[in-house]
Amino acid sequence: MKKTHIIGIGVIAIAIVIIISTAGDASTYVTFNEAAEMAQEGDNKSIHVVGKLPKTPNGQIKGIEESPDKLSFSFLLEDNNKKLEKVYYNNPIPADFVRSEQVVIIGSYKKDVFVADNILLKCPSKYEENKLSIK
Amino acid sequence: MLHLGIGNAGHMFLIISFVTALLASIAYFSAASNESLENSGWKKLGRSLFYLHGVAVIGVVFCLFYIIYNHYFEYQYAWSHSSRELPIYYMISCFWEGQEGSFLLWIFWNAVLGIILINTNKFWEGPIMTIFALVQAFLTSMILGVVLGDLKIGSSPFILMREANLDAPIFLANPNFIPENGKGLNPLLQNYWMVIHPPTLFLGFATTLISFAYCIAGLWKKKFKEWVRPALPWSLFSALVLGLGILMGGYWAYETLTFGGYWNWDPVENGVFVPWLIQIASIHTLIIFRKNNKALRASILLVIATFLLVLYATFLTRSGVLGDASVHSFTDLGLSGQLLIYLFFFIFLSVFFVAKTWKEIPDQDEDVSVYSREFWIFIGAIVLCLSSFQILIPTSFPVVNKVVGFFGGVSKLAPPADQVAFYNNWQIWTAVLIALLSGTGQFFWWKKMDKDQLKNSLILPIIATLVISALIIVLSAINNFEYIILLTAGVYSIIANSIIMVNVLKNSPSLSGGSMAHIGIGMMLIGILYSSGYSKTISKNNSGFLYNEEFDEETNRDHVLLWVNKPQKMKDYNLTYKGQFVEAENYPGFIKKTFLEETGSLGKFLAKKDIFYEDKKYFSQGDTVKIHPENTYFGVDYKQPNGKVFSLYPRNQVNEQMGGNTPSPDIKRTLTKDLYTHVSAIAPTSDEIEWGEMEEFKVQKADTFFINDYVAEIINVEKVDEIPGIVLGPEDAAVKIRIKILDFNQEYIAEPLFIIKNGVVGRIPEVVTDLGLKITVLNITPETDTFQLGVHAVQKDWIIMKAMEKPLINVLWLGTLVMVFGFCVAIYRRYNEFRKMRDKGIE
Repeated sequence: MKKTHIIGIGVIAIAIVIIISTAGDASTYVTFNEAAEMAQEGDNKSIHVVGKLPKTPNGQIKGIEESPDKLSFSFLLEDNNKKLEKVYYNNPIPADFVRSEQVVIIGSYKKDVFVADNILLKCPSKYEENKLSIK
Repeated sequence: MLHLGIGNAGHMFLIISFVTALLASIAYFSAASNESLENSGWKKLGRSLFYLHGVAVIGVVFCLFYIIYNHYFEYQYAWSHSSRELPIYYMISCFWEGQEGSFLLWIFWNAVLGIILINTNKFWEGPIMTIFALVQAFLTSMILGVVLGDLKIGSSPFILMREANLDAPIFLANPNFIPENGKGLNPLLQNYWMVIHPPTLFLGFATTLISFAYCIAGLWKKKFKEWVRPALPWSLFSALVLGLGILMGGYWAYETLTFGGYWNWDPVENGVFVPWLIQIASIHTLIIFRKNNKALRASILLVIATFLLVLYATFLTRSGVLGDASVHSFTDLGLSGQLLIYLFFFIFLSVFFVAKTWKEIPDQDEDVSVYSREFWIFIGAIVLCLSSFQILIPTSFPVVNKVVGFFGGVSKLAPPADQVAFYNNWQIWTAVLIALLSGTGQFFWWKKMDKDQLKNSLILPIIATLVISALIIVLSAINNFEYIILLTAGVYSIIANSIIMVNVLKNSPSLSGGSMAHIGIGMMLIGILYSSGYSKTISKNNSGFLYNEEFDEETNRDHVLLWVNKPQKMKDYNLTYKGQFVEAENYPGFIKKTFLEETGSLGKFLAKKDIFYEDKKYFSQGDTVKIHPENTYFGVDYKQPNGKVFSLYPRNQVNEQMGGNTPSPDIKRTLTKDLYTHVSAIAPTSDEIEWGEMEEFKVQKADTFFINDYVAEIINVEKVDEIPGIVLGPEDAAVKIRIKILDFNQEYIAEPLFIIKNGVVGRIPEVVTDLGLKITVLNITPETDTFQLGVHAVQKDWIIMKAMEKPLINVLWLGTLVMVFGFCVAIYRRYNEFRKMRDKGIE
């Protein structure tokens, strides 16, 4: 067998390993119910949940509780199936948190509590150009 | 009045540039497809058309910049991206902030490069310019803004506000309405790197086309070998510029964003990094070919892949497909269809030419020896390809989800939860392999090797590497297995390449580019290893915090809370938050906000007292001070163990129209490490404050009293004759009460006003933001000389801050410079080779 062939086989093998490992490490977008099921089955992999912050009728965000030292907080998140869940985040409230239209949390259930390791905010206009608001 | 002329002119230039590009391509195609017509009118026609195209592109650029420069906010592009307050250099950034402008930048570079190629080539002009002009036609079509029936081609940068907002009531009522001001430039982009990073990156993108064009031209004209010589210097140049562009982006992120580093494995970053890796691989196979006539097929595939991956990255970032996956992709302009056509057109074109000529491509089929140079360089190229493959797969998840969805399936793949760790786990090993191969490959490159030779050459570098690495590992206490390997590999790469470089420099310095660039890469790896691997959050505290009561897991906290003026310990430092500062025109440092008084007009303040900088007086009391109102700097003093103090001023920008707060870090740079800090949360601004209940005080002048634990004293009462915004009649009176308040040796002065106008009492309170106090003079009893004060209080000013140490980050930046220099040497050499052959009339 030629060396080039051996190299070729090696490359293909590594490529397959890369694909399998990537698929294994990939996270998924799920709802709170699915996340809870995963946690019950002992799967504590971090997953993505997409949701919105619930508002009171007069437009205030409800359910944000800050720790006394301001270094962490918890909030309510309504996922795409309208399920409300309390989420803990061990970091200060991000700037513009209450303005965000959509929140993606990355984390998992730890003993019935959803703990977010990371939060991605989608703010109404930060990266969009075409919203017209002329006073 | 609407300035319609300039937009129409711009649009006309756009259409001309599109049409001339298309026609130039056809003319060059005719010239190139028939050798006998080579020097006939077709080539001249193609050339004239391309020059005309260049003129039209410059016309478009001029018109768009004219619109931005003159603040014609009737145009959507100017309104969306600029504002009246922007200085000129940021107007240049506005130009390419949007999709259309950045396409235009790309088109501009292509036009410039096309003209350079016309003037530096003889034989190749026809075929490569056919491809060049075709790409230009595709790119200009993206911003063409022409509607044919239901078909919309491109999104023009010359759209008027009223055309973009057909349903907005204001334009229905008054079609000639012109907004007063634009939305302004995204504050994150108001950074000098954003003036030069995009042009560099797009020049990198544009130059990937050159080698691709040579390659396709070579396949087309069946000059399978000859295209390599002219293409190689351009591949090197392109890799240099693209690499620089990527690094500038990383440096910008480090200085501006607050994720705490320079690289985040974001899909947009990956989208550019992948073609760069493939391009580097292609350069290596091209070099093998130039030396040994081997690896031609691999070179062709890699050169083509580089260009196609640039198109793929363009599709990813501009079609909106990344959506949630990335923060800095562009908004969707509805160009997905056009971008896909662009991508697939060139995929099919490449596949067509490669498939048609594959059998004819002269490639040596004999087996390679393990002791040959090409073997090791080829392995290096394979490592680069696998590395980019590993990055490409997760980056393409959103595309996979879309494609599966398109065929009716459900795919909810999300990026790995900890992206950075995920990529690093793989890429650390490619880095190790590349460092080892780049060191060893060089020895094979310069000498014919056999077993004994190899032993002799490698023994010195290996011993030196082991000794030096062992020293470093012990001294800097590296105990992570992966890091030990990476460090050793990096050191080896530097040592081995340095030995080679010294030898080469003795004989022929122009050949030293390769070893120099590899030394740079080795330094960069070590810089990355330390600054990322050993980045340490020093604002950590273990507060014993629990998520909730049932949940008994303590967690580390990465932030510190600092109250104004109150010292706080953090690692070796003693920190004091000094309050909020602003930058002023004609002032070298930062001015404390409490020294300034609002005038009511945006950005103009009055000095409450004389303002000095290092004993030089810049403003006297009452002077107007002009500041940039969007930026607030949070001054923090760092007292070091040796008693020396330095200050950092991390920033927060507030831009309502851009959606609120944007923090940016401040960095203390020293030779061995950077101290990187940013605010993560700040106290509510004065108009958001919910004041507490009022507390009343009855005091006399010179009495000492306590407001909220602060010691206060009325030090002066003076009659005031002028109050901005209020006209005082002869019967009216106004009094200013000067109150001194002390907090941790910091002195604050509050000056509430008490006014009697037309027999009615008016009170103007003073807010001391730092201390969270609002003081009102409720009443004055002249008989007893008693003042009745009302005080509202909230928490005093605070910030929550994160601080990180980034050791040896300077090695990364220094390595970058070394690599750039190495590239330049290599480009010089390879271009000279091409020039000599061309001038001999061979090419």
